[in-house]
Amino acid sequence: MSYTDHAGRPIIAITGAGVVSSLGAGKDDNWARLTAGQSGIHRIKRFPTEHLRTTIAGTVDFMTPVEAGSAALTYALAEAAAVEAIRESGLSEKEFGGPLFLAAPPVELEWWQRLKLDADGREAGGKEPGYDRLLLAARNGNHLDFYHSAQFGTVGQKLQERLGTRGLPVTLSTACASGATAIQLGVEAIRRGEAERVTSVGTDGSVTAEALVRFSLLSALSTQNDVPEKASKPFSKDRDGFVMAEGAGAFVMESLESAHARGATVLGILEGCGECADDFHRTRSKPDASPAIAAVRAALADAGVSTGDVDYVNAHGTSTPENDKMEYLSLSTVFGDAISSIPISSNKSMIGHTLTAAGAIEAVFSLLAIRTGTLPPTINHANPDPAIPLDVVPNVKREAKVGRVLSNSFGFGGQNTCLVIAAEPA
Amino acid sequence: MSSPNDVVITGIGILSSLGEGAEANWNALRNFAGPVLERERFAPYTVHPLPEVDWSLQIAKRGDQRQMEAWQRIGTYTAGLALEDAGIKGDEALCASMDMIVAASGGERDVDVDTMILNKVAEGVDDVGVAINEVLTTELRPTLFLAQLSNLLAGNISIVHKVTGSSRTFMGEEGSGISAVQTAAARIRAGQSTHALVGGAYNAEHPDMLLGYELGHYLSRGGWAPVWEREPVEGGGIVSGSGGAFLVLESREHAEARSAKIYGVLGPVAADQGPVGSPETMKRLERLAAEAGIAETTMIVSSAAGIHARTADEKAFLAAHAPGIPVRGVTSALGHMRDAQFPMAVALAALSLSHGETIPSLGSGFEAAADVPASIGVLTLGFNAAEGMAVVTRAQGAGA
Repeated sequence: MSYTDHAGRPIIAITGAGVVSSLGAGKDDNWARLTAGQSGIHRIKRFPTEHLRTTIAGTVDFMTPVEAGSAALTYALAEAAAVEAIRESGLSEKEFGGPLFLAAPPVELEWWQRLKLDADGREAGGKEPGYDRLLLAARNGNHLDFYHSAQFGTVGQKLQERLGTRGLPVTLSTACASGATAIQLGVEAIRRGEAERVTSVGTDGSVTAEALVRFSLLSALSTQNDVPEKASKPFSKDRDGFVMAEGAGAFVMESLESAHARGATVLGILEGCGECADDFHRTRSKPDASPAIAAVRAALADAGVSTGDVDYVNAHGTSTPENDKMEYLSLSTVFGDAISSIPISSNKSMIGHTLTAAGAIEAVFSLLAIRTGTLPPTINHANPDPAIPLDVVPNVKREAKVGRVLSNSFGFGGQNTCLVIAAEPA
Repeated sequence: MSSPNDVVITGIGILSSLGEGAEANWNALRNFAGPVLERERFAPYTVHPLPEVDWSLQIAKRGDQRQMEAWQRIGTYTAGLALEDAGIKGDEALCASMDMIVAASGGERDVDVDTMILNKVAEGVDDVGVAINEVLTTELRPTLFLAQLSNLLAGNISIVHKVTGSSRTFMGEEGSGISAVQTAAARIRAGQSTHALVGGAYNAEHPDMLLGYELGHYLSRGGWAPVWEREPVEGGGIVSGSGGAFLVLESREHAEARSAKIYGVLGPVAADQGPVGSPETMKRLERLAAEAGIAETTMIVSSAAGIHARTADEKAFLAAHAPGIPVRGVTSALGHMRDAQFPMAVALAALSLSHGETIPSLGSGFEAAADVPASIGVLTLGFNAAEGMAVVTRAQGAGA
């Protein structure tokens, strides 16, 4: 049995996977509901939605109390997914011993914290509301918990302590491709021989009013608020934007040799990763989709496979007019006529766009498609976009033998990262 | 012994209160007479301010400049300086195949909008959440979000300088800069990459940035002193600085094939973090020093932040494990640039080696006189836990 791939590098085994989304915690719940075509999108209850153009989201409301804030939720999601993955791998969840690659959303002080500081600053004698008063409060009082929640390294630091990961954790953001980048960094570390095992986690608990306003101002969000579970409709003619959502996904990956040596169950193989940046525009893709095309091709080349070897594409499929059109152009360019016979579905039709976590969550679902022989559907597909003639596994799951999946992630700032995940060779 | 996959430094871009460009900063450091400081604007805090910059020199389109907040402009500009210095700027093929790792934390908020909300709430409103929504939806500049997003510094570098081989953004204070250099160098050493742009930027002149440090009581409230001597100064010890540092890293083979100038050779980066108690810190630093080979160098460039406990630990570590090796705390001269701390220290070490000149003492008796160094250890102890070390050695052979 060979432990090296077509390029002579260590083969990477996936030995643990974990997931949390608005559908629930854990792979079992998520997969049951995802393949049943259920939506986790609902009306926002976490904060008032008056004045907001979008009032729906796929928030995760069952993990932490509302008053704990985004930073606490982002950590709790990451911890839950990572612990599930590590438990499945049979490794220690307290002394994991390999590096941590963490895709996490950018952090900043939240409004309730700014308001508390301003009130503290007034008590301390600050006259005018504003930053001088916030700084006065910071100087005079003890706000260490606020301090930690606004440091970008905090979630990684807490996870490192909780899981016993090795070395300085890498916290990263490549916008909506972040989760896939975390996996890619883990793959590269094992290939370099730096680690026998890694954990890669993508997490996002950052649905706040301000985040909604920001994406709304960029016209990125669906405003189809009336029936929340029907708003996310990737590849449909009447799609009008994505639905913000929360969640986390995690993998434990190790060299196949190390997995076999310790008798671990191999869930799948992370065969390849590809990326290419876009220099066209901050939010829009190059009209010819050349960077996305290059990323897909790079992932297939890295995996040492051709388009004919791909059984299913787990689409980025955000439900924005722009992404879905660009994704179709890139896939039809790379796969040619064969694209019409390859099933392609978007998990975002059910769980929304989990942003920083999306690439990791969707990698977990890609693995589950291989493991269970079930393709999750693209729901809300009532009005297909005639310009996107794809087999999107419309509305109802499908049984299929899946040996290899391409998972796409594209993001603002010209980020394009694709993963190839396959079944363990018999 | 040189190897084709040695990681060599072929481009340096620096922007700081001391000036613009690698040479200007090197000359200012060589003749260091005291820092450039802004004491009034953010009193009681002092910062090292950005010099006047003609942004159009590296960011040709005014439309692009407008799409960025200060931190992104600083980074995009400094990245351009590094690419130009490496002779890569404008070379479409080299930029399109170039990897990029940017160390970036957050962007900058709109102080006016925030103040408006604080005022409105202070005047009394029925529902705070609704009031916030109302102001945000009507007052936020639509594209401000893109000028705040962490990965949009890299995104702007792709747009302005056409670096598109890959684009990754690491976050997390000094740790992001350590990991960025570590990962970019490890990829080159392992043959996963041939050339990479890596660095970070920081805008200290923003009240929200100061607030991030001060919530932990980390800022000096009593002005400037050399970083090794901030114990008696009121406050936490950090004097932050605006600026950035970017490096072009290449495999030796790639650099020699295009006859690039080589500043120095970067060894493996050792990095960790853990409990910040003195005994635990000392244990980690000993291990990292052994991994990186710090004790065999003839000078140490440190990005000590000047915060009391951490810098005291660093001094104790240096006294015990690098005795007799002269140290330079370069943050005394430049200010604390958070994400850019480690790339900046590597850049200055490479400049010292390539010029064959030592960095003078930057005003502290802790910094002993030094001969011209043959190799330099780089050391960053982050104020927020991360720790990193590496050794930069003189270039040998072609390109040196």
